[in-house]
This record gives sequence, structure tokens and C-alpha cells, in this order.
Amino acid sequence: MHKKRVVITGMGVIAPEAESLQSYDEILRSGRSLIRHVEELEALGFEAQNGAIANPNIDPKNELLRLFEIDLTSDFIKLAVKAAYNAWQDAGLPIPDPDSEEVDYDTGVMIGGVISGIEQLVSKVVPLLEKKRPKRLGSMIVQNTMPSGASAYISSIFALGNHAMSLNSACSTGVDSINWGYHSVASGWAKRMVVGASDAYNPYSWAGFEGMRVLNRSSNDAPEKASRPMSESAKGFVPGSGAGVLILEDLDLARARGARIYAEILGGFSNCGALRGQGSMTFPNREGVIRALKTTFELCEIKPEEIDYINGHLSGTMADPFEVQNWFEAMNMTEKEFPYINSTKSILGHSLGAAGALEIVATVLQLHHGYVHASLNTEDLHPDIEKRIGRDSVPLERIDFPEMRIAAKANFGFGDVNSAIVLRKFEE
Amino acid sequence: MNKQEIKEKVISILKKYTRREEVWENFNDNSDILNDLKINSARLVDIILDIEDEFDLEVEDEAMDRIRTINDVVEIIAEKKAEKKD
Repeated sequence: MHKKRVVITGMGVIAPEAESLQSYDEILRSGRSLIRHVEELEALGFEAQNGAIANPNIDPKNELLRLFEIDLTSDFIKLAVKAAYNAWQDAGLPIPDPDSEEVDYDTGVMIGGVISGIEQLVSKVVPLLEKKRPKRLGSMIVQNTMPSGASAYISSIFALGNHAMSLNSACSTGVDSINWGYHSVASGWAKRMVVGASDAYNPYSWAGFEGMRVLNRSSNDAPEKASRPMSESAKGFVPGSGAGVLILEDLDLARARGARIYAEILGGFSNCGALRGQGSMTFPNREGVIRALKTTFELCEIKPEEIDYINGHLSGTMADPFEVQNWFEAMNMTEKEFPYINSTKSILGHSLGAAGALEIVATVLQLHHGYVHASLNTEDLHPDIEKRIGRDSVPLERIDFPEMRIAAKANFGFGDVNSAIVLRKFEE
Repeated sequence: MNKQEIKEKVISILKKYTRREEVWENFNDNSDILNDLKINSARLVDIILDIEDEFDLEVEDEAMDRIRTINDVVEIIAEKKAEKKD
């Protein structure tokens, strides 16, 4: 079967201090940290008290979202729906009449997430069950906590009749959800996909990472310095939240309606290191990582030297130098040839499942507008990284790069999962 | 609390669940909650929970099944309030 070409025609993000694509682009360009000290974390006894919190509240003036009861849902659904609404409008697609029975059976939705509606469980289910009163939970707990809830609401608003699902692969979720959409459109299952991921702020989910001692506990007085991917003084990641959603379309469909095309997805791939070798639940088997990256390049029919820019997973833990080493080996290039690499988590923190989606939107914006954003807090670049790829590959300041043509993006997650995607500036 | 006061509180609870402003342009005591106010039927459960909290009483499932109109809700609350006083 002939594979269809798949293009990105719309994007929406809800990030801390950024509810529009334009403000998100400005934050990336200026290299402004969105990480803040969170008083609630301090009050709850966290030693790591920084975070990046995206606002889930629905604008009460948005009649469409009110009509679909989005204000009554949970935070991850609100974030996802707000981002999807922005992406849909950004793609120039018409919002269907809510009273029409017409369904678009060619468009599907895949919104991933890691922690779903955990705040509903904590604030409603647990207290009521402790009082032995489950009947008082009301009617919305199930739809607000089910991981596919975000996809369900999005399909209802936009009358989407192709497949509507959720996906979870830990910190690989964002890349995997978008790769899923790519494969759905490339294979002809759907002609258009609404894809992305959402994870909301909740101390009850972040507590697990505090328990693992994987959050940076040493920078409470300087939040903007806390997220330090690739830095020698990196001491753990900073949790974040938000949602990123993209509209993917069959190129023929996008062309027929005269859509603006941000970029083309050349392909994507995921695998699992099976927790073998040095792999564990929380650390990757390097053989799996290198294989995932090489296979991605093969499937996308590109040579590694064609890659101009890498948006890494790079979360600010001891794993960063190993990640860079794995990219280096998979690409089989010299230090001088190695492309630019940065970490969007240095600005946004690590929003778990949503991270990959927010980072792919960041990658596409950089590709589309021709720049590489600063990788914050890399003044003290880790010596193993500097030795491997050189200081010049990691931008301390934004670099204007209008010639950028191909960008690679990967995420790696708990469970030894590895996911990568390659994007190219649109060419006829 | 008289029935007028009860009705005002009931309406403010119902407003949380109505999705179209125009349903309140033309309503009366006999307006049907699902058909006239166009409230999602699944939300009846949540409306009853809000009423239980607001009026500090319990509404059994059998009573809930009798509810069709704004007036039905007001009557049930008034009955329960009267029972409580006895």
C-alpha cells in the first residue's frame, strides 16, 4: 500500500503563562524560564518545591466549551480541550454546528496522558469512600478520570467520527500519541488526526517523584535555575504541566482546502529496551535507544547528517550525558558535524506525558520560524557532553537558523521505552 | 424558608447545569428540566447532590425519579423540610 504524506496544519498549546501559539513562541525565543516556586508543595512537605503550572480554567465566555460541559470536567481534560480548540482554529477548520447530527468519519483523535484525572480521585473519591458514601460521587467521576476522557470530549465538540483513543507510555506519551496519528493518516485509517497529550498539575501525582528523589531539591530559592538539562550541576528534573495538540492531515486533503502547512512528518518509531542490559524501569538499555534512533532514521529515509536540529528528552537528571552519547553513536558523526541540540524542559520543566507534545510543538515552531531556542542553565555544560559534541552544539543563547530543514525529536520513558519522530520543513 | 425562597435557590443550582442562556428567557414553574431547560439527563444526579448540600437533606432515588419540572423539585424540598420540622 502506498503511504500517504502527512503534514502538520494546526497547533495549540496550554503551557504556564502561554495559552496561545504566539505567546509560546515568544517564550521560547526569549528563553524565559516558566518554573516557579509552588507554595502548596512547600506546605505539603516537598523538599523539591519548584514546578511549572499551566492554567486549566475555561474562559466562561467560551460558549462552545460551556455547551459541552468542559467547565465540569477534570484538569487534564480542560487543558487538552483548550489546546485542541486552539489547534483546530489555528488549522483554519470550521467548528461544526453543535445541533447538527453530521459526523466527520475521516477525522480521529488520540490524546495521551500519564496521570489523567487524579485530582478527582484525591479530592472526591477518597474522602467520600472513607465516609462510606460512594453514591454521593455524582455522575461525572468516570468520564473525568478515564484516560480517554479528553479524546471523548474533543470528538464531541468537533464531531469527530474516526477512532478516538488515549495512549500512555510514560514520558514517551507525547511523541507516541503524535506518531500514532502519523501512522493513522499515513496508512489511510484516518484522513485527519487531532493528536497530542495533556497532564495537569497535581501534588498527589508529583509526590511519587519526590518519593523517588528524582526532583531537583537544591534550587527552591532560584526556581529559574532549577531545570538544568545537560548541566554538570543537574540534580533532578522539575515537574511541569500543560497540553500540546497538533492537527495532522493527509497532504492531499490539506492541499485541497488550501491549508497552511507548518511541516511534514517523515515518520516515527518506538521500541522498548525490555529492561535488559543497563536498562531498568527508570534507566534505558542503551542498545534499545540506539536501535530506536537508527530505525527511525531508516524508516524516514534520511541520513543522520541531514538532521539540522535535535530536540532531546534531556530532563536534567544524571541520564542526560548518556542520552547525548546515545544520539552521538546512533548518528555516527564527528563532534564537528553534530547538529544543534537543546532541551525545551530547561524552560517548561518536565510535564510527564504532555512533555513530548509540548516539545514537538516547540520543535515545529523552531523549524517553521528558523531558530534554535536557548538551552537554559547550560553555562556549566556537563564535561562528558562537551567532550562528545562540543560546546557549540548546545546553544546558550537563541540561534537564528533559517536554513534549518530537518529536526529530530525523541523521548525516553519509565519502562525502558524509546520514541522518536522526524520533521521536515514542507517541500513540494 | 418559603417556597419562593426555595425556588430561587433551586434555579441558581439549575443554572450551573444549563448550557444555553436562552432557556431562561421563557420559563415557569412547570418548565421541564430535561426538555425545556435542556439539561443533560446524566446531570440530574449532580443536581440532587447540590440540593442535598444546599438544603441539608437527603433525597432518595424514588423521589428523584418523580422529578420532571422545577416545581417538582421545589415540592420535594418543601416536603422534606416539613418532615424535618415534625
